[in-house]
Amino acid sequence: MTESDSKSPIIRLKEVDFAWHAQANLTIKSGNFSIEEHEHVFIRGASGSGKSTLLNIIGGIVRPQRGQVEIVGQDFCQLKELQRDRVRADHIGFIFQQFNLIPYLSILENVTLPCRFSKLRRDNAIERSGSVNEEAIYLLSRLYAKGQFSFQRTTSELSVGQQQRVAAARALIGQPQLIIADEPTSSLDYDAREAFMELLFDEIKLSGSTLLYVSHDPTHQHLFDRVADMSVINPQNETDI
Amino acid sequence: MNLKLLAGKSLKSRRSTAILTIVSIAVSVILLLGVEKVRVNAKSSFANTISGTDLIVGARSGSIQLLLYSVFRIGSATNNITWKSYQDIAQQKGVKWTIPISLGDSHRGFRVMGTSRDYFSVYQYGEKRTLKFSSGAQFEGVFDAVIGSEVANTLNYSIGDQVIISHGTGSASFAQHKDKPFVISGILEHTGTPVDRTMHVSLAGIEAMHVNWQGAMKKRKAKKALTESNLQPESITAFLVGLDSKIVSFKMQRYINDYAAEPLLAIFPGIALHELWSLMSVAEQALLIISLFVVVAALTGMLAVSLAGLNERRREVAILRSVGASHWHIMGLLITETVLLTTIGIIIGLIMLYSSIWVAQPLIEKNYGLFIPITAPNVRELGMISVLLAASFLVGLVPAYFAYKNSLADGMSVRS
Repeated sequence: MTESDSKSPIIRLKEVDFAWHAQANLTIKSGNFSIEEHEHVFIRGASGSGKSTLLNIIGGIVRPQRGQVEIVGQDFCQLKELQRDRVRADHIGFIFQQFNLIPYLSILENVTLPCRFSKLRRDNAIERSGSVNEEAIYLLSRLYAKGQFSFQRTTSELSVGQQQRVAAARALIGQPQLIIADEPTSSLDYDAREAFMELLFDEIKLSGSTLLYVSHDPTHQHLFDRVADMSVINPQNETDI
Repeated sequence: MNLKLLAGKSLKSRRSTAILTIVSIAVSVILLLGVEKVRVNAKSSFANTISGTDLIVGARSGSIQLLLYSVFRIGSATNNITWKSYQDIAQQKGVKWTIPISLGDSHRGFRVMGTSRDYFSVYQYGEKRTLKFSSGAQFEGVFDAVIGSEVANTLNYSIGDQVIISHGTGSASFAQHKDKPFVISGILEHTGTPVDRTMHVSLAGIEAMHVNWQGAMKKRKAKKALTESNLQPESITAFLVGLDSKIVSFKMQRYINDYAAEPLLAIFPGIALHELWSLMSVAEQALLIISLFVVVAALTGMLAVSLAGLNERRREVAILRSVGASHWHIMGLLITETVLLTTIGIIIGLIMLYSSIWVAQPLIEKNYGLFIPITAPNVRELGMISVLLAASFLVGLVPAYFAYKNSLADGMSVRS
């Protein structure tokens, strides 16, 4: 994957060791992984293979005990926690598998939530659509059939499939460089899953973001530029899990 | 990044517990500030009961007893002062004025006080205020009576009404001075002091009532006529003294306390009031401590609700973290919530406190003689409110800390 120097890696993990507690066994040992900009990468791994931990490291939520982590050109091991929070807010959009939305906020407020924490993404949204709400409505109307919902409604009335679209819109708002999706379709039925993947890819292509997609289910791996296995990224034995 | 908006929406989604927490805070604010207001006003109205009087003189007893019966019309004197001694002291050098007080009778639960006409011009209360008539005038004839505002309001009396005075001070008396009814000649303006609950008659009136009486019994036969000579009192209960100069007050007090003809006691009203108030300060402190504990209970309740809800909010915290919220944001959110709840509770508590003072003001005044004015919170009350807000901030730190710990363990995904 080192075909050209012009592409700078957006994620680079080198010899990363991580344990959740000082006394606990390492969840990730000698982890090596990198993604170039605009790449769409599928990470396949069974549950317990350290996927969530890997995403927490990439998101700057936790800092590994050893090794190098570089995200969007920033050395996470050198940054303070607040600075890592800032990088996450500005450059990464997350979609998780379920219960992705804040139940007490409306659809629109959920989508615009990242713009409350990132000036960069707020400015991007305003630049594209004039206002954060306009941008959110634009994204939502692309992901939904137009006029299907009042976006002022609370999210509790939405089906899981609809919630995932809202989550996708939230990840995409303000054009973060990196979209991370963690089993986003696992709670959807087949039709909803296909529709969601199609929408997601359309939007990612449109925004030019890098996509990191994590799943145990290889159904959609053909859509990606590259497939990586957790056992390669985190080569420690999978037998104890 | 507007935490207030997030906190507000989050609280709104947990409406029932939030409202209950606000109610408990509001109740504690009502109690704390209510007790404070009653305490301060009771103290000031107490200190304002009498002013401008240098000495109170009565038969030798305790200073508080003398103060209670002469000023507050509570209890009764153990002995009287002879008219002769009173006249003697009144004519001493340095004495500017004296007001005799003669107690022992009542009218439908209100004390009747025999006094001189000077009383209405000389007696002062509060910030050196003299008594004023809301209608009528002071007594002229022997059977004229001047009533305080509360007597007039409670018994619905007006000028010209006839009243019968009972012998003794009980509210239900079998011995009535029916033979000599009094006529109301004047009604005093409201003072907020025991004057409001007093019926004033002349000393001659007191004597006239008791002509043909022996002790508490009416004489069956004797029918003495009312003459100048038998309306001259032989004794009075106490008297108030005003001096030409404060400098002579100690000298005068000593003179009276060493009075050879009969055992007398002269007290400084200010000092006696202070002594009496310090007797009550234990109850005052106890009330304040109880209301403080109610505040602590309300804050603890809020803490319990906040902590109980924390586990259900792990996912919410994880989502906020994933969209870029820092630990400071999460902690700020939880602290903002408790401070917001407390602020709303304080505002509602203040509204309820003032509206209940507004409603209860006449009732409290009527039943307890205590006037609670509607005034903006004073420095001390504002201090209490600020301490409460600061305490709510500290209370908010606890769930904030636990949310931080949870979020460290959970990262961006709740694995449970």
